[in-house]
Amino acid sequence: MPHNTVDFQELLVRGQSGDKRAIGRMISHIETYGLTENLIMRQLWAHTGHAVIVGITGAPGAGKSTLTDKMVKYWISKGYRVGVIAVDPSSPFTGGAILGDRVRMNDLALIKEVYIRSMSTRGQLGGLSLACSGAVSILDACGYDIVLIETVGVGQSEVAIMNVADLVLVITVPGLGDEIQAIKAGVLEIGDVFAVNKKDLPGADRTSRELQMMLDMNPNMGERQPPVLMVSAEKNDGVGDLCDSIMENYGCMKESDELLTRRNRRLREELLAYMQDRVYRRVLAPVIEADSFDDNINGFLSHSRNPYAWAEEIVSQIEEKIK
Amino acid sequence: MADKKIRILIAKPGLDGHDRGAKVIARTLRDAGYEVIYTGLRQSPEQIVAAAISEDVNAIGISVLSGAHGYLFPRIIELLKEQNASDILLFGGGIIPDDDIPGLKEAGVAEIFTPGAPLADITNFLRSRYAS
Repeated sequence: MPHNTVDFQELLVRGQSGDKRAIGRMISHIETYGLTENLIMRQLWAHTGHAVIVGITGAPGAGKSTLTDKMVKYWISKGYRVGVIAVDPSSPFTGGAILGDRVRMNDLALIKEVYIRSMSTRGQLGGLSLACSGAVSILDACGYDIVLIETVGVGQSEVAIMNVADLVLVITVPGLGDEIQAIKAGVLEIGDVFAVNKKDLPGADRTSRELQMMLDMNPNMGERQPPVLMVSAEKNDGVGDLCDSIMENYGCMKESDELLTRRNRRLREELLAYMQDRVYRRVLAPVIEADSFDDNINGFLSHSRNPYAWAEEIVSQIEEKIK
Repeated sequence: MADKKIRILIAKPGLDGHDRGAKVIARTLRDAGYEVIYTGLRQSPEQIVAAAISEDVNAIGISVLSGAHGYLFPRIIELLKEQNASDILLFGGGIIPDDDIPGLKEAGVAEIFTPGAPLADITNFLRSRYAS
């Protein structure tokens, strides 16, 4: 496989000098081979930790892509470099996907300070592909100041974004349902900033008020009450205020150590997953794949030996060794 | 462990606003298991190539119904060359007279599908190019 032998370090250097082809290649590499191959994360680590990572989620048709387009333009005008990762679902049957978020962001294709990448979920539940966090690290390492992750609008179960982003923007629109919709657990609890898009539609004020009420009643909210802003992405109305509010929130999180707490939790989870993968490949898989395992399995299948007792014993042996 | 997906950009360059064909192709390729990046209407060749490079696609498919194929196809090939991305395949379809096809292929277009081409021809073409 020629792809697996790419010189990741060389791609990284090219990506850091603004070569979008190299960035594209690195992300494809992660999508294909995962984060643990070729020591990718080890190479990236020293260069990451600078970007503000913003997750954007909301129901399908809420205007996530259109709003993302306008937000990117605002931030570019303020001198930031912005990376966008737009995630769309893949078919559970064929594995194929139509990634259509770029349709609303075509103006951005030729801007040097913007990098946009469409990713499919490749069968991952929760609407985020595993490679997504790797792609975020790559954009961070290549000097993008803000990384926006636009996720599949699957609605209430969309909480996986918390494990990748520093803060989450939830977009809603008027007319999606009565206030009961807003009480349901899920998306409402993960939002740090809320936007009611299509503010010129009838009922927008009411949606905003109801949202505010639900947020007021949340006992876990602590001191920071998430702001609710009304915008019209289509008319580019209120987008600047929304962007400023996001950055202000990020600033508060940084000061109050909330950011550190979140990154702490995220890193723990990432490291656990990383080690699981390494241990699986280097320690566990060889045990199961060894020729001697055939004898064991025959014993188990004839019920003359107990497979669970065997597994427990193996794990104890491993534990003993690392003590 | 490798999960290599073929990624294809489907775009509609130029000014004509009929994207039905491009959408049918996008859907067909999705059903054949490809990852399709659909960029929609009124794309300039520059935008198409920039998107193809950022998205690290294997191929670009464009639909041209306006009669501007004699400019659009070669221009995309030229831009790909300029950006050292000639490994990205260009194919297309639309209202393209038979007489014009040899010239486009000579310019570097991998394949042209004209009205009436069975969808299977397109998936077979891609499958033959990307047989694993």
